[in-house]
Amino acid sequence: MQMPESSARILADKAKIVARLRKILPEESVIDNPVETKAYECDALAAYRCPPLAVVLPASTDETAAVLKACFEMGVPVVPRGAGTSLAGGALPTADSIILGVAKLTDVLEIDYDNRFIRVEAGRTNLSVTGAVETNGFFYAPDPSSQLACAIAGNIAMNSGGAHCLKYGVTTNNLLGVTMVTMEGEILEIGGAHLDSAGYDLLGLICGSEGQLGVVTEATLRILAKPEGARPVLIGFDSNVVAGACVSDIIRAGVLPVAIEFMDRPVIRAAENFTHAGYPDVEALLIIEVEGSEAEIKEQLDTIIKIARKHNPVELRESGSPEESATIWKGRKAAFGAMGQINDYMCLDGTIPVSQLPKVLRRITELSEQYGLDVGNVFHAGDGNMHPLILYDANKPGDLEKCEDMGADILKLCVEVGGCLTGEHGVGVEKRELMHVQYNEADLDIQMAVKDVFDPEWLLNPAKVFPLDASAERRA
Amino acid sequence: MRPDTEAELAELVKTASGPIEIIGGGTRKLGEHVEGVPLLTGGLSGITLYEPEALTLVAKAGTPLAEINALLAKNNQRLPFEPLDYRALQGSAGEPTIGGAVATNASGPRRISAGACRDSLIGVRFVDGMGRIIKNGGRVMKNVTGYDLVKLLAGSHGTLGILTEVSFKLLPAALATATVLVAEDETTAATTMARALGSPYDISGAGHIAGTTALRLEGLEGSVAYRSEALAALLSGKVGDFDWRALCDVQAFAGFEGDVWRFSVPPSQGPVLGAALRKLGAIDIIYDWAGGLVWALSPDGLDLRPALESGHGTVVRGTATPRFHPEPAPVAALASALRARFDPRGILNPGRMG
Ligand SMILES: Cc1cc2nc3c(=O)[nH]c(=O)nc-3n(C[C@H](O)[C@H](O)[C@H](O)COP(=O)(O)OP(=O)(O)OC[C@H]3O[C@@H](n4cnc5c(N)ncnc54)[C@H](O)[C@@H]3O)c2cc1C
Repeated sequence: MQMPESSARILADKAKIVARLRKILPEESVIDNPVETKAYECDALAAYRCPPLAVVLPASTDETAAVLKACFEMGVPVVPRGAGTSLAGGALPTADSIILGVAKLTDVLEIDYDNRFIRVEAGRTNLSVTGAVETNGFFYAPDPSSQLACAIAGNIAMNSGGAHCLKYGVTTNNLLGVTMVTMEGEILEIGGAHLDSAGYDLLGLICGSEGQLGVVTEATLRILAKPEGARPVLIGFDSNVVAGACVSDIIRAGVLPVAIEFMDRPVIRAAENFTHAGYPDVEALLIIEVEGSEAEIKEQLDTIIKIARKHNPVELRESGSPEESATIWKGRKAAFGAMGQINDYMCLDGTIPVSQLPKVLRRITELSEQYGLDVGNVFHAGDGNMHPLILYDANKPGDLEKCEDMGADILKLCVEVGGCLTGEHGVGVEKRELMHVQYNEADLDIQMAVKDVFDPEWLLNPAKVFPLDASAERRA
Repeated sequence: MRPDTEAELAELVKTASGPIEIIGGGTRKLGEHVEGVPLLTGGLSGITLYEPEALTLVAKAGTPLAEINALLAKNNQRLPFEPLDYRALQGSAGEPTIGGAVATNASGPRRISAGACRDSLIGVRFVDGMGRIIKNGGRVMKNVTGYDLVKLLAGSHGTLGILTEVSFKLLPAALATATVLVAEDETTAATTMARALGSPYDISGAGHIAGTTALRLEGLEGSVAYRSEALAALLSGKVGDFDWRALCDVQAFAGFEGDVWRFSVPPSQGPVLGAALRKLGAIDIIYDWAGGLVWALSPDGLDLRPALESGHGTVVRGTATPRFHPEPAPVAALASALRARFDPRGILNPGRMG
């Protein structure tokens, strides 16, 4: 992976730049000491690291605007950062950039149950948004597995999803408004407590723009009334194809579970060894969760189980209690950690049309043999969002490159069968060069033209999303 | 002009020497009048892909909505967003197309649970103002690859590009539907609807018309029976019949003279706005989206926008102007800069959005 060469001018001007930032922000909100900036050298794509020139942590929208205006005037690139859990390198700095972290922006600004929204500062963690409303029986639906740590700012930038998005949608479907500061320091209010926009859907454009159009400082989020209950069923099959067919039949029957999770044998084994959740040793495991009152749960599960039985499952276990539900979910929730116990791993997240599942899994197995790297698959089966985990050894020279090549082959395969490079993690630096696979020159050019409009100098998170050669002229 | 292929359409735009008015079914007369050569999308018609087990449909932009609805109904599925049909309200004729529904982001009562058209839309192909063919998104329901121009194109009224193909995620059709009715006047309706949406009963429609608040429940049979009874008890209402199609399409204003306005506000503000609108001279008011969508019938040419505290108002029938709500200056500047990028010559439905 390549990053553009840092600007010698900016590196030489570091003292001047930092001094100007210190005039705007309190002392402790500007970090330039190399020991401390090191904490910001990477996100969760930890294979790539580079400490930034400095880090600023504004405590308000106005401070954010002042910092951005100054950086704009000085021509210094800015990389926005939430909690740094991006798996795509979205928050990876360059040596000549300022990290603008929203970690101090964590307040709840307004809760309105009648209009079913919460307005928060963007640095607030995903889980603590639900935490602020759950005693009143409400929740914020998008639930990335990183929800304990990741910030709403990052969720908006990446348009993050979660296990329950089959029913509730992803971030963009639950976002009502933002306060956003442009690179030039202008504060924009987009959207609000009403449900649609007067003109163009700028909110929809901003969500998922990976910190390249502006810095989001506040967000209005839709909250929903919590269902009365939820319960999973675990179903094991001795074939991926049959498991896939079972999922299709369930969807065709008109039941819409809140989650359909799929694990293949390597992940099942790893999760079982790690958590002792009691998973059977099968080729494919489905965890299907439904919601509602006791009677409704039963009605839906009965339908699902009847369909599943037609496919001769090796094991079928309906949860009978909250403890059993927790046990069923335990292995799935720990799946990434469990694979991490075995070795370093790279997590992909291409999406495929669900009809292509058997073919794609077969091809992934072949690629695994060809490259000599093990792969496990965890999968949001209802929506086709795959999570192949490729195992490699970071200490073995050449292994990371081999793993990246194999990852690229898998993502190309996802696009080839009608899917896409990334379903929820974003492009960042990781999939930047693969954008050519999914989009042609005109497709990319119009997206870059959108960035031209919001950030004409290409100073905000400039080296991300677009292939470096495609964006070179604009960044120059 | 009536191209039969996307390539032909692109060529027509590339070589166009002046403004183009894009016409799908011609049933949605929204926005300002456009002076331009008519370009009909009807030649770009047909369902290109339908995978019921993946809940996915892809169709060319000129495909009649009726054709899509019929195919989906056969498979017990549907477009989640319940596109509204303007024919009765606007007295327009013709067959609504899927492209027109997308270009106007036409979304009905199910907006409050399943989202708007833009939420179900997962991919677009379009021709920009230079005649370039562009795709964004795709046919899978989770996709964050690059910027989301899909949302931007939805509701852009043909001013950023001419849609040629659109993809959707679908929902299973409801196996059962019930409505809980509460007789009350509009001053208390928002509170009733807020209580319903604050309950765990998964409401898929909430409106108020002529002294009746209506709440819709959809899903499996047993579930709907359970929830409708529980909700009726909670609200002291009763289960009864309600014409959701009529509410969706604002049919109640169809036969009457006057302008029709559409306001989008925070739901609890609905009746507050309603009262202010009546004070300004509005003749009748209908509420959808739990109070967040307010339809007003008013005497010709009256400016009702001063009644708004927040949100926005659009003129959908009659003589009042401007038809689209003026945006704050910084947002309007971004919108026109975007338009200049997508359509540098300013030939696609110029002036439609003001
Ligand atoms: C163990 C693990 C599990 C995960 N599970 C999921 C999952 O289930 N679903 C999922 O979707 N993702 C998942 N992720 C990925 C990650 O958590 C999400 O992408 C998350 O939204 C990132 O949030 P963050 O606050 O950490 O953002 P960061 O990593 O700090 O930044 C992410 C991007 O957002 C931009 N950004 C940050 N703040 C702002 C701002 N204020 N304004 C504008 N742009 C900004 C950054 O520049 C960067 O491009 C997982 C990650 C890990 C490590």
